[in-house]
Amino acid sequence: MKTEINPITGGANMARRSFLRYAGASAAAVAVMGAAASCSKNDRVIVTPGGGADIGSGDPGILNYAYALEQLEAAFYLQVIATPYSGISTIETSYLTDIRDHEVVHRDFFKAALGSKAITALTPDFSKIDFSSRAQVLGAAKAFEDLGVQAYDGAGYLIKDAGYLTIAGKIVSVEARHAALISNLISPGTFVPADQVNSDGLNKSASIAEVLAQANTYLKTKVSAVNYNYKP
Amino acid sequence: MNLFNIISEIEKVDPEIHERLNPRRAAIKNITSFGSKVAVAAMPFALGTLFKKAYGQATSTVVDVLNFALTLEHLEAGFYNKGATTSGLIPSADSAYIGFVTRDENAHVKFLQGAITASGGTPVGPATFDFTGGNNKGNGPFPTVFSSYATFLAVAQVFEDTGVRAYKGQAPNLIGNQDILTAALSIHAVEARHASAIRKLRHDLGHDTNIKPYIVSTATLGNDTGVAAANNNYKGEENVTQGGVNLVSALKVSVGVATASFDEPLSKEDVTALLVGSFIVSN
Repeated sequence: MKTEINPITGGANMARRSFLRYAGASAAAVAVMGAAASCSKNDRVIVTPGGGADIGSGDPGILNYAYALEQLEAAFYLQVIATPYSGISTIETSYLTDIRDHEVVHRDFFKAALGSKAITALTPDFSKIDFSSRAQVLGAAKAFEDLGVQAYDGAGYLIKDAGYLTIAGKIVSVEARHAALISNLISPGTFVPADQVNSDGLNKSASIAEVLAQANTYLKTKVSAVNYNYKP
Repeated sequence: MNLFNIISEIEKVDPEIHERLNPRRAAIKNITSFGSKVAVAAMPFALGTLFKKAYGQATSTVVDVLNFALTLEHLEAGFYNKGATTSGLIPSADSAYIGFVTRDENAHVKFLQGAITASGGTPVGPATFDFTGGNNKGNGPFPTVFSSYATFLAVAQVFEDTGVRAYKGQAPNLIGNQDILTAALSIHAVEARHASAIRKLRHDLGHDTNIKPYIVSTATLGNDTGVAAANNNYKGEENVTQGGVNLVSALKVSVGVATASFDEPLSKEDVTALLVGSFIVSN
C-alpha cells in the first residue's frame, strides 16, 4: 500500500481504503468522494490535491488519459442530446445521437478495461457553452473531436503493448470520422481543415500536456499527468 | 520480390524479427532521446541514419511498412488523379470537395517517398492499376468506375475505409519509432476523415440513403456499403469484442453502435489479398 496522505492537504497517491477513511471524516472530502463513487472495493484511486485525478504512468496511464477524454466527450454529447440546440435538423439529431452513443461506449469500455486502475469519474464544466446555440455546440464538438484525434495520434508512441496500440487505433479513426463529420456540418467541404491537416496530408498531433491544458478548461475535476510533465 | 511478402519472408529466416523491433531495446529507446535533440527539419535524415545504425536489419521492416503504405497511397492518388482528369465524371459542384482528397493522397505519396529515402530505403513506384478491379482486363466488379459518379464514389469509399484498416494494422510494427509511428497515425486519421467525407457525400447525393460516416455493421456482415463486391474489405468490422470486453453484452449497446464505435485493422496479407490481382495488377 502506498503512503497514506490526506487528499485534501496534499500527496499524489493514496490507497482507496485510507482515502475513504479521510473522505468520511471531512465534509470537504465528500465532493471528492462523490466523484469517485463508481469505484469498486479494490480500486486504487489516484487522488491529487484539490480533488483532481492523475492519469498515472505506463500503458494504464495512457489508457486513463484516453478515458479522461472520452468521459469529457460523452458528457458533452449527453448534454447536447438532452438539450438540443434550436433549429436542430433530423439528420443532425441522428448524427449527434450516434456520436453520443459512440463516445459513451468508448468511455464505458475504458472504465471496464481499466478496472481497478481507472481514474475517478470526472465532473465536466460546460458553463462556457451555450447549448441552445448551433454554432456554439458544433464549434465545441469540433474542438473536442479534433482534440481527441490529436491526443490519440500524439500519445500512440507512448503505448508499449501492441494490443493497446491497436485499440487506440480502432478508436482514433472513429474520432477522425466524427471530426470530419462535425466540420462538414459546420461548413460543407471542410473535412480536412487547414487548422488540423498540414500540407503533407498529416493530421496534427498533440502532447499530453497540450491536450490536458485544453481539456481541463471544460473540467471541474482537473486532470494531471505528472509523469508526462503536466500539472494543471 | 513481392514487397507485400517481405515481412513474412523475413519471419521465415528470422523468427526474432518482431523481437528486434521491441521498444524496450536500448538502441530503440535512444532514438527517441536523440530525436528530441535534433532539429525537426533534420529528422528524416537523422532517423534514417539512426535506423541503419541501431536497428540493423530491422530497418528493412520499417522501410517495408512505409513502402506498403506508399503502394496504397499510389493506388489512391492514381485513382483520384484519374477521376479528376476524366471529363464529365466529377460534377463541378463537388470538384473542390473531391479535390481535397486528391490533394491529400498525392501529399501522402510525396511524404512517404521522402521518409523512405531518408530511412535508407528505395520508394516503390506505382503499380499497374485496374480501377474496375479486373486485374488489367478492365472488366472487374466496377466497370463504370470512371463513367458513373456513383460507382466512382463507391470505389472511393471502399479504398478509404480499406486504407484506414491497412494503416491501423501496421501500427504495432512501428512501436518504438516515435516519429514514424506518429506520422503513420496522422495519415491514418486523415484517411478516416476522407472515409467519413466520402460516406457523407454518398448519403447527401442519395447514392446510399442509409450510409453513415462511420461503419455500422450487423452481427453477421461487416460491410455496410451495399456494395456486395466489397464484402471482404469490411470482413471483421462486425467484431463487438474489444480488449476482452464484449460491448454488446457488457455495455448493453446495439451491434450497430458497438461496431461503429471501433474500426478494425487488416493485416498486410489481407490487404494484399484484397487488392492484388484485382485493383493492383499482378502478372
